[in-house]
Formats: sequence, structure tokens, C-alpha cells
Amino acid sequence: MASTAIHDSAAHHDHGHHHETFLTKYIFSQDHKMIAKQFLITGIVMGVIAMILSVLFRLQLGWPDKSFPILETFLGKWAEGGRIKPDFYLALVTIHGTMMVFFVLTAGLSGTFSNLLIPLQLGARDMASPFINMLSYWFFFLACVIMMGSFFVESGPASAGWTIYPPLSALPKAIAGSGLGMTLWLVSMTLFVASSLMGALNYISTVLNMRTKGMDLWRMPLTIWAFFLTAIVGVLSFPVLVSAVVLLIFDRSFGTSFYLSDIVVQGQVLPNQGGSPILWEHLFWFLGHPEVYIVLMPALGITSEVIATNSRKPIFGYHAMVYSLIGITVLSFIVWGHHMFVTGMNPFLGGVFMITTLIIAVPSAVKTFNYLATLWRGNIRFTPAMMFAIGLVSFFISGGLTGIFLGNAALDINLHDTYFVVAHFHLVMGSASIFGMLCGVYHWYPKMFGRMMDEKLGYLHFWLTFIGAYLVFFPMHFMGLDGVPRRYYAFTEFEFMKEWLSVNAFISWAAIIAALAQVAFLWNFFYSMFYGKKAPQNPWESNTMEWTTPVEHLHGNWPGEIPTVYRWPYDYSKPGHDKDFIPQTTPLSQTMSSNLPHDFEGNVEAEKIQAQWKSEVKPSAAKKKA
Amino acid sequence: MANFTEQDKANLKAKKFLVWLFVISSFMLFAALTSGFIVYTAGSVERGIKISLPQSFMYSTAVIVLSSISMHLAYLSAKRLQFAKQQGYLLLTMALGIVFFFLQLSSWTYLTQQGVYFVNPNASQSFLYVFTGAHLLHVFAGLMMLLNAWIGKLKNIPQVNNLFRLESTSIFWHFIDILWIYLYVFLLLNQ
Ligand code: HEM
Ligand SMILES: [Cu+2]
Repeated sequence: MASTAIHDSAAHHDHGHHHETFLTKYIFSQDHKMIAKQFLITGIVMGVIAMILSVLFRLQLGWPDKSFPILETFLGKWAEGGRIKPDFYLALVTIHGTMMVFFVLTAGLSGTFSNLLIPLQLGARDMASPFINMLSYWFFFLACVIMMGSFFVESGPASAGWTIYPPLSALPKAIAGSGLGMTLWLVSMTLFVASSLMGALNYISTVLNMRTKGMDLWRMPLTIWAFFLTAIVGVLSFPVLVSAVVLLIFDRSFGTSFYLSDIVVQGQVLPNQGGSPILWEHLFWFLGHPEVYIVLMPALGITSEVIATNSRKPIFGYHAMVYSLIGITVLSFIVWGHHMFVTGMNPFLGGVFMITTLIIAVPSAVKTFNYLATLWRGNIRFTPAMMFAIGLVSFFISGGLTGIFLGNAALDINLHDTYFVVAHFHLVMGSASIFGMLCGVYHWYPKMFGRMMDEKLGYLHFWLTFIGAYLVFFPMHFMGLDGVPRRYYAFTEFEFMKEWLSVNAFISWAAIIAALAQVAFLWNFFYSMFYGKKAPQNPWESNTMEWTTPVEHLHGNWPGEIPTVYRWPYDYSKPGHDKDFIPQTTPLSQTMSSNLPHDFEGNVEAEKIQAQWKSEVKPSAAKKKA
Repeated sequence: MANFTEQDKANLKAKKFLVWLFVISSFMLFAALTSGFIVYTAGSVERGIKISLPQSFMYSTAVIVLSSISMHLAYLSAKRLQFAKQQGYLLLTMALGIVFFFLQLSSWTYLTQQGVYFVNPNASQSFLYVFTGAHLLHVFAGLMMLLNAWIGKLKNIPQVNNLFRLESTSIFWHFIDILWIYLYVFLLLNQ
């Protein structure tokens, strides 16, 4: 067995290094580590673009009557006279939301860390199908290019919001953005869904089929559990979006009436009859709600890993963490109606959705308590990654609490479509997941690039971003409670909202400062790639398998045989052991002084050996003490 | 590489699993479409299929069930190393697949003759085209897989790979078969 394994890796090696050109190594790479980096860098670029879009619309919201001539220089007719036009404002919020949710926090997050960590933490040479994995990246890349391309068409990008509700999205003549821009949005998202599905299929198959010896499911790090369940959610929900989009395309281009009925555009009665826009909402939110967990769960997994490592403690409640992830996975499919409380749904149905929605708070709370319990009395190392992980916990709490308000149908009738919702999801999903992603970047940077990032810049980045995010999103709760609606271009046109002008200016300043803080990150990220300190093999003294691979990347990950796994990944500060961590690849026979009865999982032989060892060592140790 | 290592075999197993996962995601697509049909149709009494389904659906059902049987025979032949038989059954499966394809198209003609058009104020009727159309796309993909398996043997690829292609093709082809029966029964119940 052992000899065939060695032979395998040698053979593998040969064909891996045969003719590696620039093109096969950096561009059309099939190596999961390179694909992870491609996803990460594309995700960061999309993140920066989406952030700049948000600063643009914050200018309009903060200073609605002011002219910024420089905008006209860059944006031309979309900012005539230095003021963002209403049509363009709607395009900005739409593309900002789409890019952040799908390109940054889905592809950028899952794509990067699932690709990097699934093979490395499970002990596999690569993904189930490296070729499909490569396709997954290139579909994503194409989706990004097409979405960006919509900024260069005459009528502008899609403008119906990231949820593209019909009839606005279904009638090319409804608004400027519903023309070619909307078509490009649909093409781009179709490619994106294909990319996500290819990725998810690979992740699931790899996790189930390609774990190394000894890596049973209950020894998998929580990162892998999170990526695995996220992929399952994706496989079950993305096809539903495809079906919704297909029907929308038929309505737009073929004249069918799935979503359209009784519509008059500019005095003209349209022929479409009999459709129902509510049908779209059902199909969209059946994906849309699971999607928010597709965004969040990988961040939660990353956080579990980083918090345990840097508290130098086993994660509190490993099984509870897994079961709550499973609970979230299942529940996320039966709550979509909470986005539709005001569509005139049967109040009984609303009540059902209200109950399922509030039940999700239970697994969420379990996770929160377990994070806090892991931190409690930990031997905490405040690395930048750890700071971001703690930041995630903070956002998850403050944003999750408002979910409980929104989940109550009676309250939601008032709060729906106000800034309260914007505050809720930017804290619990936006900020929390971005912090999870940044946490992952700081933690696994040494693994990806073989060098360390600068810590001081990391702290600067953390504090400015953390405080900035709260200053931006917290005040929005109060605006929402006062009834200020989201997606309004000129809120000052309404008497009762005028008083929010100063708050909006304040939020815009906070947003601009937080955006500038990202320069610290970008500098750190790209500078360290070439000039950072060389990374040691296991910089964080972590237990998981990725740190047993050499710092230099090689095709197939481990030079010789793939190591075997003997224990779970959270043996930190185990009493009786001389170091405060024991890698998963350390056999129990090398840790006699710290083994506990349940470590043997009922293996009688091993228990006997341990008992014998104890009887030999203990008396002599006791004698010494005396 | 004539002899296959443990690693390669593990990889084929993982790849075959990908086909299963694809089947699941595909099934979700149809589950969504049929749920969409239910939500839509329940909205008002003016909606619904309102005609009897074309006769040709019965013939196409028979044809695709037969094709599933010949697919299975091709797979069995591959396992028993009877390659001439394997190729023959593959061709038969493809032929039946193509017949199915045209039977479905002929039901579209029948529908339009009945005045049931794709562009229709009663979208329940438009759904008929969406279901069959989306299913035909899968049939097309299945035909490509059959062709790929057939050509593979023609080029004399190693038996491990030949069997892998036949296994994944037959998983997918049986899925297409079951999917059509699901759609047909669903439509019959909502007739
Ligand atoms: C305690 C758990 C949670 C509850 C009870 C909850 C409840 C709700 C409700 C009822 C809405 C609809 C508000 C409206 O449109 O009127 C909503 C919106 C939203 N929630 Fe949550 N939520 C929870 C956690 C989360 C999490 C963990 C995420 C993301 C990771 C999230 C992301 C979102 C997003 C993105 C929206 C807005 C979508 C849009 O209209 O654009 N929520 N939430
Ligand atoms: Cu939701």
C-alpha cells in the first residue's frame, strides 16, 4: 500500500512538470492553489471597483445639492454638471450590490478558500476535476468582464436593483438600464451561475471522495465543513435562479407573459397578459436567501479555524458548530418568504415563514456563543487575522439582532424597503463576510504567497475598517425606523426626510475614510508578495494539514506520500504535552503524555499500550517529585 | 500509462460522483420550474393547461424507456468486454434518442395547430414549451455523451476509461429518462 502510494506521487510528479509554460502555469492553470489565487485577485479587483461605485452614490446621498465637476470629467453624460444623474444612481446601487454579493463574497470568498484549503486541509493532490475547476474560474472571469462591459454601453448598466424584480427588469423600455445593460447582466449572471456550480460540484466530490487516510468526516476542520455545506446550498439553490432567469429572458425577448400583466408604458398598453411578478419573487428568493448563507458560511468556517488557532484552545463545541451549520443549511431553504411579507401573501403563510425565520436565530446563536466561549480565557494572540475574526463575531451579533426584528411580519410591514434593512444586511452579511474574507487572507497569505504580510499595516487596516463600518451602517437603523426608504435618489425632496441630510453627510464621510483605509490593505497585499518577510512553514503554529506542505508550491502538494491523519484539528494547549499544539499528522504514539481515554475511539490495543506506558512512567515521575 | 494506479481510480470515482451531483442540480432546475408552474397556475382560474396533451407524448415516453434499456445493455456489454455489442447498443440508444427528439418537436407542431402558442396570455401553456425545451437540451447533452463514449471505444481507449464513460453516460441517460417520466406525470396530473 505504502509503496504504491510513493510510486503514485512520483509518477504524478513527472507529468506535472513536463512542459509547464507561462500560459499553463499562470493563466490556464489547473492547479488548485493557482486557481485560488486567481479567484482571490479577481475578487479583490471586483471589490475595489464595487467600493468605488458605493463612494460615488454616497456622494449623491451625502451632498445631494452639490456639484463635483471632477465627476463629469470621468463619467461624462452620466454626471452632467458634476452631479450624478438619477438613472446612473440606480445603475450604481444595482451593480454595487451584484458585484459585492456574487463576485466578491461568493466567487471571491468560496472560490479562493475552498480551492486553496479543501485539497490542502484534507490531504488531496488536487480537486476531483482540475479541468472543470479551471473552467469555473474562466467562466467567472468572463462574467466579470461582461458585467464591467455594461458600463460601456450607451444606455448604461442594469438598474433594477440586485434582485432585478420584474416588470422593471422585464421591459427593455421601462428605464434606460433595462435595455442592453439588463441583457448583459443576465448573460453575466448565467455565466456566473455556471461557474459557481462547477466549483460547488468539485468541492463536494473532493470532500467526499478524496480525503487522506485517517481523515474521517469528524476530523475535518470546521473550514472544510463550512465550505462543504456552502457548496451543497449552492448546488440546490443556483439552479432555481437559472429557471427564474430563463423565464425572464423569455418575457424580455420572446414576448411571453410569465411575470407580466396589465402594463401601460407611456400611454401604450402592452400585449402581455396574465403573468405574475410574485412568481419571480418566489423563484428569486428561493435562491436569494440561501445565497446570503452561501456568502456567510465560509466566513464562519474561516473564523472558527482562526479563533481556535489564535486562542490556543480547542474550538468550543466542535460538534455543535457542525450541527448548527447543518441546521442553517436546512433552514435556509424554508425561510425565503420573509422577503415577501408585503406582497399580499396569506397571513397564515406569513406566520409560517415568520416561525421558520426566527428558528434560524437558534443555530446562529449557538455559533456566536461558541466563538465567545472559545475566546474565554484563551491564550489569545492578536494577529491581524484574529482581529478580523473577532470583528466578524461583533458584526454577526449586531446585525443578527436586527434580523429578529425584521423576521416579525408585523414589524416588517413598517421596516420593509427602508434603511433598517440596509443596515441589517450590511452588518450581518456585508461586513461580517468581508471581515471573514480578510481574516482568511491575512491568515493564509503565507500559504498562498510564501511570505508574511506586514502586521502594523494590518492593525491600521483593521481599526479604520472596523470603526468605519459601524459609523456607516449603525446610523442607518435610525433612518429606517423613521421610514426613510432605500434606493431613493433624492430623499431631500420629501419634507420629513430632510432632517436626515446631516446624518447622510456624516455617513458619506465615514464611508470615504473606510474606503481610503483599504489602500493600507492593497499596499500590504501587493508589496508583501514581493518584499514581505519569508514565511516559515507553520507561522501560526497551527494543527491543520496545509502547514505540513513545503512553503514552495508544488504540483501535487506533498513531495512524498500524503501524510496520514491521527487526530482532530483542535488539539491546542492539551494538558500534558510540551507544546501548545499537536498537528493532525502526529500519531498518538508520539504523544503518550497527553493522550486521553476518548482519543483512542475504542481501540482496545492502543488503550492497553497507553495503560502500560502510564504504569511505567507515572511511578518514576512520582518518585522524582518526592 | 498502461497500468492504472490506485490514485487514478480514486479520481475516476470522484469524477463519476460529479455526474451524480450534476444530476441533482439539474433536478433542482426542473423542481423549480414545476413549482413555478404550480405557484403560477394556482393564482387564478383562468390559468392552467386546459387542453389534452398531445398523443405523441405517449410514443416518446415509450421510445425513451426503450432507449434506457438499450443503454443498460450497452453498459452490461462493456462490463463483459463484448465491445462489438457495446458499440451496437450505443448506436441504438442514440437512434432512439434522436427519435425521441423529433417526436417532441412534432408535439410542438401539434400544440401550435391546437392554438396553444409559446407566447400566450396563459403562461401555464407557455410552461409546456419550457418543460419540454429544457428537457430536450438535456437530451442533446446526453446524445453528446453517448457519441463521446462511442468514439472513445473506436479510438480504443483503455478499458478503465471506456467503462468510466459508459457508467457516467448511463447515469445521465437514465436520469433523462426518469426526468421525462416525472414531467409527463406532472403534466398529466395538472391536465
Ligand atoms: C437571525 C437571523 C436573521 C433573521 C431573522 C433575518 C431576517 C431578515 C428579514 C425578515 C429580511 C427582510 C427584510 C425586508 O426586506 O423587509 C432580511 C433581509 C436581509 N437579510 Fe436577514 N436575517 C437574519 C440573518 C441574516 C444573515 C445571517 C444574512 C447574511 C449573511 C442576512 C442577509 C440579509 C439580506 C442580504 C437581506 C436583504 C435583501 C434585500 O432586500 O436586498 N440576514 N433578513
Ligand atoms: Cu433572507
